[in-house]
Amino acid sequence: MKSLKAQLHALADPEEELDVLESRHPGGDKANFQHHLDRIGLFPLMPTKLEIFQINMGKMCNQVCKHCHVDAGPDRKEIMTRDTMKLCLDVIQKESSLNCVDLTGGAPEMNPDFRWFVTEIRACRPDIKIIVRCNLTIILANPKFNDLPEFFRENQVEVVSSLPYFSAMKTDAQRGDGVFEKSISALKLLNQVGYGKEGTGLVLNLVYNPSGAFLPGSQHELEMEFKKKLLDKFAVEFNSLFAITNIPISRFLEYLLRSDNFENYMEKLLAAFNPMAALGVMCRNTISIGWDGYLYDCDFNQMLDLKVNVSNSIHLANWDSSALADRSIVINNHCFGCTAGAGSSCGGATS
Amino acid sequence: MKTYYNPEDLKKFGTIGELQKSMADKFFAYYGEVFKEGALTAREKSLIALGVAHALQCPYCIDAYTTDTLEKGCDEEQMMEAVHVAAAIRGGASLVHSTQMMNKIKEISM
Repeated sequence: MKSLKAQLHALADPEEELDVLESRHPGGDKANFQHHLDRIGLFPLMPTKLEIFQINMGKMCNQVCKHCHVDAGPDRKEIMTRDTMKLCLDVIQKESSLNCVDLTGGAPEMNPDFRWFVTEIRACRPDIKIIVRCNLTIILANPKFNDLPEFFRENQVEVVSSLPYFSAMKTDAQRGDGVFEKSISALKLLNQVGYGKEGTGLVLNLVYNPSGAFLPGSQHELEMEFKKKLLDKFAVEFNSLFAITNIPISRFLEYLLRSDNFENYMEKLLAAFNPMAALGVMCRNTISIGWDGYLYDCDFNQMLDLKVNVSNSIHLANWDSSALADRSIVINNHCFGCTAGAGSSCGGATS
Repeated sequence: MKTYYNPEDLKKFGTIGELQKSMADKFFAYYGEVFKEGALTAREKSLIALGVAHALQCPYCIDAYTTDTLEKGCDEEQMMEAVHVAAAIRGGASLVHSTQMMNKIKEISM
């Protein structure tokens, strides 16, 4: 399977995606996201306190997942350079309110400077939480990645990994043939060095997202079910499960349109709009960094090429924390994905 | 073509109160209470509902509880087993009545 970009698909163009999100939105402009925020007094949506620095290290990935919002894959070559990482380090060092650096991609580990970068972050902020969003199969993709669990442990990195289900059928349908089996092997390797085990302090969290046009159920119930099944069937342990709603952009948007599920899915998101979840959306305490150093309100806005609404600080090179703190967050109808039901963020449910 | 069943009608379920509000309100309050997590989990209740939906052959309920069980993290195998439970009870309900037939045979046969 190729990325949408390599297929020259119309939806590889963010303008085309935004056009679908606006022109085909059920209920039209009167039911759009801005209107929903306005009704509860949250528009314009403003940041709270900057706590999370989420860095997308590139679109290169060894997997081509059907729902990927990054349109990542082996045919994507856009990755962060060491110079851009140095600009990230400057900000991480000087912004004391940051308590978390969240590394994502693509497969961030495929960036040749990944280990250098993690080591540098740990050196300049010894107590900061470092998260790596690891797709698991990368650990087994090449012998040079086999010692990643040990590297993560040495640098006290928190591992967050996607596993859409505790059986092969659903996992492979979303993430590719053979992914489930490799993911279980990788989880066992992480468990072996102490990840997900009580008392080690080494955190291994899993991400569940629905394999289709429906919303995630209760995060707590799903976590109990995953814990029981993974332990009983595969002797695998983990800490928490994050239930994440699929955001209607990129490949998931392509799937919704192709399967004629778009309007129904958007209606579901609208019907499940939760003001409490809107209060706690992750873009309020996050800045998302693109592989080329541009700044966004979240990873989804990044993929839609919606840069932060600050004229003089849209790139790391011109970082201006007070201007960023005063910005209004850029929204569109894809944001309904983060405000549905119990809410959704890169850390799971929000309310 | 006109048909008695239209998937769009499922979304109108909540409007039945327009013709009789107090009963509808009581029904929906009861319905909500039933499906809350209790001695059974919400997931277990959803699987029971899926089985019952098939026993009643209600297309609205099959539509709603196929989605609901998927949302609650059930997989296809678990969902089909719930339908088999419904099928087994339906089949068993017919077959167990054959004991009445057997009684009657005995009663009127030499």
